[in-house]
Amino acid sequence: MFDVDIWQEIFSTIKKNKLRTFLTGFSVAWGIFMLMVLLGSGNGLSNGVKVQFAENAVNVMWMWTGETSVPYNGLKEGREVKFNNQDYDFLTTKSKDIEKVSSRYYLPNDILYAYGKEYGSFETSTCYPSLKEMENINIKTGRFINDMDLREFRKVVVIGDEIRKALFKEEDPIGKYIKIGDVPFNVIGVSEAKRRNQDNNRSAYIPFTTAQRIFNGGDRVHTFTVTSKMVQTTEEAEAITEKVRQDMSKRHNFDPADKRAMGSFNMLTEYIRTMKIFQAINLFVWIIGIGTLIAGIVGVSNIMLILVKERTKEIGIRKAIGATPFSVVSLVLLESVLITTVAGYIGLVMGVGLMELVNFGLEQAAAAGGGDNVFFKNPTVDFGTAVSATLILILSGALAGYLPSRKAANVTPIEALRDE
Amino acid sequence: MISIQNLHKSYVTGNNSLHVLKGLNLEIAEGEFVSIMGSSGSGKSTLLNILGVLDDYDKGNYYLSGKKIWGLNETQAAITRNAMIGFIFQSFNLISFKNAMENVALPLYYQKVNRKKRNLIAMEYLDRLGLKDWAHHLPSEMSGGQKQRVAIARALISNPKIILADEPTGALDSQTSLEVMDILKEVNDQGITVIIVTHEHDIAALTRKIIRLKDGVIGEIITNGDLQNYRDRLKQE
Repeated sequence: MFDVDIWQEIFSTIKKNKLRTFLTGFSVAWGIFMLMVLLGSGNGLSNGVKVQFAENAVNVMWMWTGETSVPYNGLKEGREVKFNNQDYDFLTTKSKDIEKVSSRYYLPNDILYAYGKEYGSFETSTCYPSLKEMENINIKTGRFINDMDLREFRKVVVIGDEIRKALFKEEDPIGKYIKIGDVPFNVIGVSEAKRRNQDNNRSAYIPFTTAQRIFNGGDRVHTFTVTSKMVQTTEEAEAITEKVRQDMSKRHNFDPADKRAMGSFNMLTEYIRTMKIFQAINLFVWIIGIGTLIAGIVGVSNIMLILVKERTKEIGIRKAIGATPFSVVSLVLLESVLITTVAGYIGLVMGVGLMELVNFGLEQAAAAGGGDNVFFKNPTVDFGTAVSATLILILSGALAGYLPSRKAANVTPIEALRDE
Repeated sequence: MISIQNLHKSYVTGNNSLHVLKGLNLEIAEGEFVSIMGSSGSGKSTLLNILGVLDDYDKGNYYLSGKKIWGLNETQAAITRNAMIGFIFQSFNLISFKNAMENVALPLYYQKVNRKKRNLIAMEYLDRLGLKDWAHHLPSEMSGGQKQRVAIARALISNPKIILADEPTGALDSQTSLEVMDILKEVNDQGITVIIVTHEHDIAALTRKIIRLKDGVIGEIITNGDLQNYRDRLKQE
């Protein structure tokens, strides 16, 4: 049935009805074009937001302390809550939802960085090596802080690129000593933030243990940056936050609901919530797109019905001289599949092409600078989606041809040959 | 070749039942050249449809070449038609967007004969009917007589046992009609049974046996020798 003849038969009917075939095909092409543009736009929005999340690991969570705002366990309100090194040990060993932990001890705000005659005031992030992954810190040259630095209380520092420019100008900073406060630190690396969160280029990273010891921290910890295990729902993410708060409230005697005693922000909750929105948008896009496609398919079906009606006599002749119902069905069905698939494929290519073009434009704009705040990134459709769209096309072609082909198969030669 | 006993056929439309064939008996031997006549409503179209396996019947027996034609599904009927019967119609019924050769080759397409081979055979048949030069013309570019010859070639190409011709000369002038009848006679001379439905007496008179239907049964059969008398009688009418 897939020989040259049946295709020749189909092409000869298509050739006879060029305009009609074009209009029918256009409705299908338009449907799939819109589907691709909508899906691409949805992806673009979603990717744009994902980039914003990409500043940090999506499962990162920050915790900080303050003063209690309600009495608890016979203790008055207004009491200061302080994290300490034991909390770090607890989080790393006892807390099963928490994967990585980095403590931070704040240095005085007015602390000065100096190298030779150059000096300036910069933010200091005291941390554990795991912060690199949690906050997606990008190392330009040298290395980041490691476990050995922390164990041996080494006076080493990783400086942001802005700090490097301010203090070293063109000089290579690696191995040089800068003064933080009055203490000399060996520069082991330079970090450079990509595109977004460029504020981090004005940050320096020093080992937490070193900072605590040199700047008289005792066992005081100001904030924790942690990553939790990945979960799929906001409820689970909230539960993780809640569990950590309860653990901490037991350790420090404050009401777990007291947001001022201990503050926390779980990125994962926001991430899941946002992704849910995009899933909904994606679903919506598919519904709209499929709806448009169905309109196209109904068009094809309609045309095929008219075609069968017009060809009743021809089908009757064919049947009289020996065409089986199967061969008649395949004639109509294949024509329908051909029209939808070819037209749909054209729409698909044009839709994907347009989105690639938009993507190209966006990338050019971003490369030219000022593309920092794009809320729209890589608005393209992936290969898998295109494949499923193609399958949908072939299927819908068959669907569109089904009723008309049944009608064609039911043509009786006697009646067909009777109408002159 | 054809053996029909006590054939009944009614058409039911709503509450009305129209009894067309009322216990018809008919024997046609292999190689006969027969015409079926009858006034409109006598059941000749219905009989032709049943003979051509285009329609089924209600009661009775129909043996075609020794095989009982009964309860066939559409696919079986199509295969039977393709193998046993060649159709010729009043309005030629060629497919308008196919050229003469492709039209002639079509029955072989449904026998799954490959394209090259069937076009070659089609050319042979067209040549035999003197239409070789017209092989690549569309039906719309041909005269009525030519179209009917193409249709005859198409009917012959599958080597049928029977040619069923429904008013084959109805759309042709008398000269062309005679040419077509000559061709059918040649076909018959090769041993193929030819059955013609017609209402034209002079066409019927060119066959060897005339079957006159009347009210759904055989009214009269006039065979070879009687034909001369029949002609005389017609002249008197």
